[in-house]
Amino acid sequence: MTGLDDFPLWAAILVSLLLLAGSALTLLGTIGLVRFKSFYERVHAPTLGTTCGAGGILIASMLFFSVLQSRLALHELLITLFVTVTTPVTLMLLARAAIYRDRTEGKAKIPGFQNDVPPSSAMASDARPDDPG
Amino acid sequence: MSATILLWSLTLSQWMLVAAMGCAAFRVIGGPRAQDRVLGLDALYVAAMLLILTFGIRSGSTIYFEAALVIALLAFVSTAALAKFLMRGEVIE
Repeated sequence: MTGLDDFPLWAAILVSLLLLAGSALTLLGTIGLVRFKSFYERVHAPTLGTTCGAGGILIASMLFFSVLQSRLALHELLITLFVTVTTPVTLMLLARAAIYRDRTEGKAKIPGFQNDVPPSSAMASDARPDDPG
Repeated sequence: MSATILLWSLTLSQWMLVAAMGCAAFRVIGGPRAQDRVLGLDALYVAAMLLILTFGIRSGSTIYFEAALVIALLAFVSTAALAKFLMRGEVIE
C-alpha cells in the first residue's frame, strides 16, 4: 500500500464500506451453508455470496481502480456478468441431480410442491426410463 | 489517512473471506452426501475468487483480475461437470 496517500478520502471510505459489506455477506452465506439442516435449504445459502457479496467487492474494485488510474476501469464487469449468469445454471443442475438421487433412493425427505404433485407423475416427467442411474 | 482506512478494511474483509472459505471447506469435508460437497466446493470457489480480488486491490495491480476470472470460469465448469456426474454417473456421454 505505497503511494496511496493522495488517494481521495471519500473514495477510500466508499471502497472500504463496499468491501466490508461484500465480505460480510459472503461470510453470512457460508455460515448458512454450515448451519442449515437439509440440502434443499443449504442450496439457497451461498447465493448470498454470489450476488450481494460478489457485487459489493466487484463494485469496490471497479471504484478503486477507476479512482487510482483516473480513468474508467470497468473490466470487473466481466466477472460480474459471468458469475450472475452461471450461478443459477449450476445450482439448478445441482438441485436437479440431488432430487434425482433422493428419488431413486426413496429415503430422504424431498420438499413437495404447494399443490402436491403425486411422486409417480413427477418422477415420470423428470427421469427417463433408460437412465443408467 | 485514506491508506490507513483502506489497509484496515482490506485486512478485515480478507479475514472474513478466509473464514467463509473455512466454512465452505467444513461443508466439503463433512458434508453428509456428495451434493453437499459439490455445493461447498462451489461456495469455496466463489470465496477464493473474491479473496483474490481483494489481494488485487491491496497490491494495486490488475494482474489479479485475470486470475479471478479464470477461477470463476473453473468454478462454473467444475460444478456443472460434478452435477452432471451426480445425475448420470458419467460426464461425457
